[in-house]
Amino acid sequence: MNQTQTNLSAIARDDVADLARGAAILGTGGGGDPHIGALMALEAIERHGPVQLVAPADVPAQAAVFSIAMMGAPTVMVEKLPAVDQFTNAVEALATYLGRQPTHIVCMEAGGVNSTIPVVTAARMGLPLIDGDFMGRAFPELQMVTASLYGIAASPMSITDDKGNAGIFTTVSNLWTERLARAATVEMGASAIVSLYPMTGAQAAQSAVAGTLSLCVRLGRAVRQARADLADPVAQVARELGGRVVYQGKVVDIVRRTTAGFARGEATFQGVGPDLGTVVEMSFQNENIVVVRDGQVVATAPDLIIGLEADTGEPITTEGLRFGHRLALVVAPCDERWQTPAGLDLVGPRYFGYDIDPVRWNTH
Amino acid sequence: MRIGIDVGGTNTDAVLMDGTRVVAAVKQPTNPEVTPGIVAALGDLQASHPFDPAAVSGVMIGTTHFINALIEARRLAPTAALRLGLPATAALPPMIGWPARVVEAIRGRVYLAHGGHEFDGRQIAPLDPDEIKRHAADMAAHGVRSVAISSVFSPIDASFETEAAQILAQELGPDTAISLSHEIGRISLLERENATIVNAALRELAAQITDALISSIRLHGILAPVYLSQNDGTLMDVDYARRYPVATFASGPTNSMRGAAVLSGLEACAVVDIGGTTTDVGVLQGGFPREATGEVAVAGVRTNFRMPDVLSIGLGGGSLIDPTARRVGPTSVGFALTEQALVFGGDTLTATDIAVAAGYAEVGDPALVAGLDRGLVDWALRAVAERVAETVERMRTTADPLPVVAVGGGSILLPDVLEGLGQVRRPDHFEVANAIGAAIAQVSGEVDRIHTIADGDRLKVVEAAKAEAIERAVAAGADPAGVQVVDFDEVPIPYLPGNATRIRVKAVGDLAMEARS
Repeated sequence: MNQTQTNLSAIARDDVADLARGAAILGTGGGGDPHIGALMALEAIERHGPVQLVAPADVPAQAAVFSIAMMGAPTVMVEKLPAVDQFTNAVEALATYLGRQPTHIVCMEAGGVNSTIPVVTAARMGLPLIDGDFMGRAFPELQMVTASLYGIAASPMSITDDKGNAGIFTTVSNLWTERLARAATVEMGASAIVSLYPMTGAQAAQSAVAGTLSLCVRLGRAVRQARADLADPVAQVARELGGRVVYQGKVVDIVRRTTAGFARGEATFQGVGPDLGTVVEMSFQNENIVVVRDGQVVATAPDLIIGLEADTGEPITTEGLRFGHRLALVVAPCDERWQTPAGLDLVGPRYFGYDIDPVRWNTH
Repeated sequence: MRIGIDVGGTNTDAVLMDGTRVVAAVKQPTNPEVTPGIVAALGDLQASHPFDPAAVSGVMIGTTHFINALIEARRLAPTAALRLGLPATAALPPMIGWPARVVEAIRGRVYLAHGGHEFDGRQIAPLDPDEIKRHAADMAAHGVRSVAISSVFSPIDASFETEAAQILAQELGPDTAISLSHEIGRISLLERENATIVNAALRELAAQITDALISSIRLHGILAPVYLSQNDGTLMDVDYARRYPVATFASGPTNSMRGAAVLSGLEACAVVDIGGTTTDVGVLQGGFPREATGEVAVAGVRTNFRMPDVLSIGLGGGSLIDPTARRVGPTSVGFALTEQALVFGGDTLTATDIAVAAGYAEVGDPALVAGLDRGLVDWALRAVAERVAETVERMRTTADPLPVVAVGGGSILLPDVLEGLGQVRRPDHFEVANAIGAAIAQVSGEVDRIHTIADGDRLKVVEAAKAEAIERAVAAGADPAGVQVVDFDEVPIPYLPGNATRIRVKAVGDLAMEARS
């Protein structure tokens, strides 16, 4: 994804707001509000200085790479804020169990709140941060990472809460890690910090989606710049992602329901401007999953389906969708490994319960 | 009869109302000390339509005084924030992200203590009275005069906030004001806490101003109860306003919208307020402004006040027309309209010139725009109408038809019919709409909480939430006979067990005083 673009060598104070907005765009409707993480990242960078970014390919093969992510309900995370040492505790608990000290921090999910938490952790621990993640977007479950495609195990994993509790899981499959971690998260108050998929530098270089933190900063910057120039921020986002604006329309109906912890639903749009007279139905499950125009499937996960406010380019979450919202829908390619049979087993439309074949962003 | 007073930044307006009928209306320049403007306005009202002070059943006041005090950082009390939630939340202490200027103005001090609840009501940690007493001693030593208390998930369980308040009251004495977050904001700790700290900083000023308001009204022999307008368009009594000055923050735009609704006789409509530089569009539902769901920054502080949902676009009577780029606004000549617009002999083509050329209005000298290209005029009028219609469309939340009420000096730009929306209504008396909006005597009660809903229990939970909102409205002074649920919102929350759903209900009723009279 955008390998030709210049990537950053560090995340400084002034990059944090752009990073957060870009991460909300890669959240594809979900991923949680990056605001809290951005505040913590600002504070950590002010205290410890900019966070050094390292391209996955430049990480030494024997490096000890530790990830960090928030697990739970974004609604809870904005109320029960993390404890001071909750992030470093998660990394240290896993390091102690494994008997090796971390040399690099890595992000699991570039979309949403989990883009900013690794910045906080790397700044506090004084470690370099790998410029990449294992989704290239947001996904709802922790086995939905490119690392799974290389047989890298999610466990041993650590989980910490705000009270100082820490746990280690060693599991028989990544799906079991998801189930047990989810149960522990609920007991911990529906918001926990996890460090999982411990790996070597060589494994990270092979499996990570490279450059996604830089991409977040570039996306945020593009929106900010386009607004300042009175240019079209939506077009800039599509260009930066190598995707296209597939639809412009107004929300005319929203149906929501919660099943098994997922916020599922459908939003119906009526076309405006060039799309006048057409109807789009977008299905979401925390993230946007399927777009159907006039009965024809236009795009599906794992490609990126992003709703942006038409005028401002501000990303709209599935929770924030409201009647009357004028949105532009941008579709863009995901990491190509998600389009392999093994990738589609993990994150294809059938996994989310839609009995359709995946449709790529540039098909129609 | 009731008296409505709006103390704006420029003018103080007052109206004498009989039901929804405007009996008399006056306007006075606002005085920095607030009360002289009110005294003068009441005098004018008496002069223009003599009335018996004893026949006045209530005086309703809308004021921007408190929000201005915060923005200008003046007369703020030395304030402490006490947060209950340790060991959680310490990663982001209170007042994080605040402009340094505001923290200095309130001499802000920050305290963290154990306490707080989980989303399901369990305790994060028990309250430690000795820890709070130690904090209280430090507050006293640093001259703190007002304290904001926040506790994690206090909208679900407020007991720690009230317990901590009792301890602080014992330790610091009755002169220290205490503000509790669960009474002020919604779920989302930082924003609720910020609103509470701002409230705490305004408590001393609130006491002084409310005293002054009452005495200036009593001076006129009016002994009726005095109320202040809240952000949501309902009223609070003076005692409540003393404790919750932040609840007045958005009463300006709210009262303007409510006034427009009364004047047009519509309960559900879009109000389009076109000024010189911007157009504000709000929506009334059941006679009340729809509230914003997101965060609102006040003086650089992010809060989640109950604020009206207003969409502003850069379009007004002074907007520049660029014929080559085919663009209207967002640049505007603003206050200089009467010098720079073509109709006033200037050399700048503005939206007002277009309206005059089209015969929509007579402003300045129409002869000066008689030669404008008809095609350009038609294009610009269409562009303005389309943008306003589009903005109203964005504010619509249902497929039902939404009538449009246009107010403000720039409303001459609008045609009589907007495509897809229908007739545009332009009520008389708009110049005192704010005061009319204030004079509407209704009170509200609200509940906003996360519920775990077992299968088949949804209706029961929803009914209980509605009943609680109605109870709160009655507690706020509503006549139980007429209280109605005016707003209901149900959003499922991802990643929580047991079909967790956030339910928000608001109930509104007429003031019991009004019902008796």
